[in-house]
Amino acid sequence: MEADSKPKKSGARLCCVCTQNRAALKRPKTLEQICRECFYAVFEEEIHQVILENQLFKPGERIAIGASGGKDSTVLAYVLSELNRRHNYGLDLFLLSVDEGITGYRDDSLETVKRNELQYGLPLKIVSYKDLYGWTMDEIVKMIGLKNNCTFCGVFRRQALDRGAALLKVDKVATGHNADDIAETVLLNILRGDIARLSRCTSIITGEDGPIPRCKPFKYTYEKEIKLDYFSTECIYSPNAYRGFAREFIKDLERIRPRAILDIIKSGEDFRISTTTKMPEQGTCERCGYISSQKWCKACVLLEGLNRGLPKLGIGRTQGLNSDGKKDRKRDSRTPSIESKQCGSLEF
Amino acid sequence: MACNSSTCNSSGCYKGYEEEEQPKPNTKAAVNGGNSCQNLCVKCKVNEPVCCGIGGENSRFCKDCFKNNLYGKFKQAVTYNAMITPPDKVLVAFSGGTSSRVVLQFVHEMQYKAQKNYDANKDKSLPVFGVGVAFIDESSTHSFTSLHIEKAIEDIRLIVSNLAPPSKELFVVPIESIFSSDGIDGKERLKELLDAVSDVTGKEDLLIRLRILLLQKIASENGYTRIVLGTCTSRIACHVISATVKGQGYSLSADIQYVDSRWEIPVVLPLRDCPAQELNTLCSLDGSLKIVELLNGPCSGINGLVSSFVKVLQEENPSRECTIVRTAGKLTPFHFNRVPEIHDSNVPSATRRHQKRYTLKPNGSLSSDSFCPICSSPLKKSNFPSSLRSHGNQQNPDLIASACSSCQFQILPKDPSLMEEFLSVLPQQMITKAKHGDQGDFSLLREQIQEFLLSDGENEI
Repeated sequence: MEADSKPKKSGARLCCVCTQNRAALKRPKTLEQICRECFYAVFEEEIHQVILENQLFKPGERIAIGASGGKDSTVLAYVLSELNRRHNYGLDLFLLSVDEGITGYRDDSLETVKRNELQYGLPLKIVSYKDLYGWTMDEIVKMIGLKNNCTFCGVFRRQALDRGAALLKVDKVATGHNADDIAETVLLNILRGDIARLSRCTSIITGEDGPIPRCKPFKYTYEKEIKLDYFSTECIYSPNAYRGFAREFIKDLERIRPRAILDIIKSGEDFRISTTTKMPEQGTCERCGYISSQKWCKACVLLEGLNRGLPKLGIGRTQGLNSDGKKDRKRDSRTPSIESKQCGSLEF
Repeated sequence: MACNSSTCNSSGCYKGYEEEEQPKPNTKAAVNGGNSCQNLCVKCKVNEPVCCGIGGENSRFCKDCFKNNLYGKFKQAVTYNAMITPPDKVLVAFSGGTSSRVVLQFVHEMQYKAQKNYDANKDKSLPVFGVGVAFIDESSTHSFTSLHIEKAIEDIRLIVSNLAPPSKELFVVPIESIFSSDGIDGKERLKELLDAVSDVTGKEDLLIRLRILLLQKIASENGYTRIVLGTCTSRIACHVISATVKGQGYSLSADIQYVDSRWEIPVVLPLRDCPAQELNTLCSLDGSLKIVELLNGPCSGINGLVSSFVKVLQEENPSRECTIVRTAGKLTPFHFNRVPEIHDSNVPSATRRHQKRYTLKPNGSLSSDSFCPICSSPLKKSNFPSSLRSHGNQQNPDLIASACSSCQFQILPKDPSLMEEFLSVLPQQMITKAKHGDQGDFSLLREQIQEFLLSDGENEI
């Protein structure tokens, strides 16, 4: 369905909101013709409404913004600090950045985040893989090659964010996941058969029963709108212009029917999934104390693999370690290994 | 955030969907050239295999075993869900394609066997179920030459007449008869209706609804008690994705079960566990399974996009469709996703007990689901506009408000001034549904409290 366009006047189209300025953009979400100022205004106002309606924050809370230096988190940092000021949320905002130790990539992104710190006046804390786990991504890739490197990075980053947040003693973490990300996750969980994840992936707040809850203020924000004016960096381990099947499909879908992205999220929220298929029981990792449904948390499993020169450990469905974790630990105490810091030293 | 790496093959990354470290199954249906060490059909281990199931190298069958494997899936679906019982008259919807050809064939074979048993049995207690065939002629919505459609209908008549004994009635019905006035009137009205829908996907989906309504009409007017569709795993997988994409996540589980009793005549899907690839292979192996090619044109819009997407995924991993359907199968079905209780005493009690055991239990409380008058999808209560609460006031505005968000977006006209006209060309059944949508639930309610109701004149104990 095409948005109705006004008959072309001699000269330019006018912004459909203020009808004063010349329309400079077409809004990806609604295809409306809009001027820059009004775009920023409506963009920010919508996010403000999402924050209010979903009660994402409370006054006085300390909030860590997961800052990767990418477009989503840069925009998130800007918007949150702006809305905090404009609407008096009363929040204590911080930037939390993770240094994976990827030469060239992280250097640029960290520069961006440092710039954000100055631009928006938000204190910055950087947590590095090297400090936390004893390995940089460069070292990991040297060890395991380019297969499965994303598994390592993803698991480590997730924990790094939590640990960094704990160090900062924050109440919540805000991440820049956008509508496209969530729509993609819904589709992928259907394709993969993961009904448990499917029931959780559209939640705007997750991990409320864990150490630090996380929220996604950009849940209903289109990636294209975030991109409209902001610089984006892509990881060097991923050549440009590649997209997964599902992402490509979502782009094609958006072209035919822009609202489809929100419709996918709506479907995800409405799926009739019985309440018995919820998260597995949360225990703690025996090795480091982080929350885990298994004996060892994923990061420890992966680290064990790296330290023992078994890069496949913890990759794929079969997890051979947790069943005989106890046996192997004895052997390990003789060989020097780099372990992740005991989480007993951090207060969760 | 999405992983943008093309080089990453990790289990957490969905680039290649290779979450297991397994060799990709070979999907080509080929005669065994003797290269693999297994030269025998995996099932009977006697004959030479001539084709593969979707399991690739692990499922090489000879022709008979391949067919029996598929027939087995069909039979199991019918039995476990008590789809067809002796007193039933079953209407098979036939489109000419491979799925409907196979389902027609399988239903016929089941009926034939039942007939043989009946003839051999001295005690003729169990009648054989009846079978009819319905073909919906949609030529008025396309630009086929009349010659093309006439030839197709001839072929269909031949197919059906060859499937006897037992003989089967064939209904060839033009789509415009949904308006209960044939001829020019119906054609005009149909054209007007479809032209009023500007969204391509909306048009396609509306046509699908009209087809179902027409099948209901044919079945009900001719005493049929079940409608059989040849919907296969692949079709369901596409529907799962397209319904998700259209925001119909709530009602999705209603459409993909074995049984759908929302309608006056329950609709059953006995080929739900059969992938299209295997059905196609069966038709190409068995010369007697002729299909009638009716090029209704490829789907465009969202439906076409989803279809290509699923096709690409399937080529990448042949079990993808099954995974999609299995995932969606874990969504909670609705209370109408089971056959209605059999109260017929002619049906042996064993069958009735069996049905009770295997049909889905109603989901908890008496659900007061209301349905979208256009697509009949159950509506989530929170989406319910309060204006519908008043049953008494059945003016048209209620119909619009009671439509689901998907139909409101892609089918109903955006311009309010066109609404009146649009409603005047909608089939009467859709408008009636909006008025009497809740009565189905009252009868269910009654059924459940029947034992507690005292009729007039009975004394209380």
